[in-house]
Amino acid sequence: MTRHYSAISLLKEGLNGQQGWRPAWRSPEPKKRYDVVIIGGGGQGLATAYYLAKTHGLRNVAVIERGWLGGGNTGRNTTAIRSNYYYPESTALYDLSLKLYEGLAKELNYNIMLSQRGMMQVISSPGEMEMAARQVNAMQVNGIEVELFDRGEVQRRVPIFNFAPDARYPVYGAIFQPRAGVARHDAVAWGYARAADRLGVDIIQQCDVQEFLIEGGRCVGVQTSKGEIRADRVGMAVAGSSGALAAKAGFRLPITSYTLQACVSEPVKPIFDTVLLSPMTGTYVSQSDKGEMVIGGGLDRVPSYGQRGNLPQLETVLSGLLEMFPIFRQLRLLRQWGGTVDVTPDSSPIFSESPVPGLFVNGGWGTGGFKAIPAGGTLFAHMLATGSHHEISRPFDLARFRSGHMIDEAAGAGIAH
Amino acid sequence: MQLFTCPFCGPRGESEFHFGGDAGNIRPEGDVSAEVWTDYLYFKNNSRGAARQIWMHLACREVFLMERDTVTHEVISSEALVQEQQA
Ligand SMILES: Cc1cc2nc3c(=O)[nH]c(=O)nc-3n(C[C@H](O)[C@H](O)[C@H](O)COP(=O)(O)OP(=O)(O)OC[C@H]3O[C@@H](n4cnc5c(N)ncnc54)[C@H](O)[C@@H]3O)c2cc1C
Ligand SMILES: [Zn+2]
Repeated sequence: MTRHYSAISLLKEGLNGQQGWRPAWRSPEPKKRYDVVIIGGGGQGLATAYYLAKTHGLRNVAVIERGWLGGGNTGRNTTAIRSNYYYPESTALYDLSLKLYEGLAKELNYNIMLSQRGMMQVISSPGEMEMAARQVNAMQVNGIEVELFDRGEVQRRVPIFNFAPDARYPVYGAIFQPRAGVARHDAVAWGYARAADRLGVDIIQQCDVQEFLIEGGRCVGVQTSKGEIRADRVGMAVAGSSGALAAKAGFRLPITSYTLQACVSEPVKPIFDTVLLSPMTGTYVSQSDKGEMVIGGGLDRVPSYGQRGNLPQLETVLSGLLEMFPIFRQLRLLRQWGGTVDVTPDSSPIFSESPVPGLFVNGGWGTGGFKAIPAGGTLFAHMLATGSHHEISRPFDLARFRSGHMIDEAAGAGIAH
Repeated sequence: MQLFTCPFCGPRGESEFHFGGDAGNIRPEGDVSAEVWTDYLYFKNNSRGAARQIWMHLACREVFLMERDTVTHEVISSEALVQEQQA
């Protein structure tokens, strides 16, 4: 039976007619009791399970997913990874994540196809350029390598951008983070799932958490479509479903669920080798390894749990794209889809014990939690293992809404995703 | 394109409307605790399914109550917050 992925095992299995591969993870029946139950088999939940087992030695752990692994936002996202944030609290979180991503394929023995092709935030007015210089300074003070490009440098790197004299959004320069990039979303979910399973974590799919078991005011487990499962601690990492699930435990969250949509074009030859975002048009784009243009933008304006996008926002995103890249007019769209994202008032995530003791929340990632999966898993595992915050997650407690210590990245760095 | 019904102007495209939060989220009066303020300012019902919400029709600037389903996107009802004769 072959488990480890390597050139030698590929060769061996090639000679054996590929008969010896083991399934990447088991599909066990749930036990009656676990030390920790994690609700949500997206990247955040699966990474949490992995670090619980690996870092904290907790192996009696289950991940409960109502659909299939990564079928929520993790498998729907456009995979932009970066750590060019404005506030030190955010930088600590997202740069921990980027560093973990840099070693993740090796650590998990799973090719997550991390491609650090850099991310370029294009600036299209003199006023914005001054703000960009300020942001670059803040990021450098935070210890992040970022550069401020002038127009010539942008033109050299992205010659297909619209540099016409009458362009609606002229280019003045760009903020560039060289270590940013993209990775393969499914591989991140599957890699963590396989590694967690191997450490003894039970991954239970097609199992819906319907109610919480609350005894003496404390959460002691969950009621699922596969029966009752008890646990010392329960963690929820359910992204767009956070509000709906919190309601079942009897509390509210500072979260509104909106649709975020994205689309891809037909595949074309390599033409574009970075991730480009324009705060002015709100559109961002990268080219996948298959050659598709992966296109995204801002939120749909109507709160929704519908997991499908609407035309007005798609029109905004695509008109922004074509304004920036007139050459893309020739492309045909292949697919378009939406995910339900959990948006907080300050665009920063939540790590917190909930008002119900024993129940912990990882959520509020909104449009940008894929890049944070390795760090989110690390910090949430710490919280579920110890019952208290890691230093990096402490500022993201629900308490910030009462004390007023918001980490307002929408205002600070000015971009989502 | 979703169609929402402004009680004053009739059915219009969704991009003419602005979401204003949960219906019934009344501004606390007097000397209230930080918890009450926080709850009012930031915490949401964020209901899955039927939801009662405040919306503004940007074209006529009127604020109204809309009941809609956040999963199916069905609009169940919309009504003026203040009846015209009282306004
Ligand atoms: C179109 C789009 C583009 C995006 N682009 C980017 C990007 O470029 N970069 C970036 O960093 N982020 C991006 N994001 C955001 C990112 O996808 C999310 O923040 C991240 O995937 C959240 O991971 P998660 O594991 O918390 O959530 P999810 O992957 O959504 O996982 C939550 C899981 O919980 C399960 N669940 C929910 N309720 C229950 C229940 N009652 N019982 C059992 N299971 C339940 C769901 O089925 C789901 O699988 C994008 C999102 C979308 C939708
Ligand atoms: Zn109107």
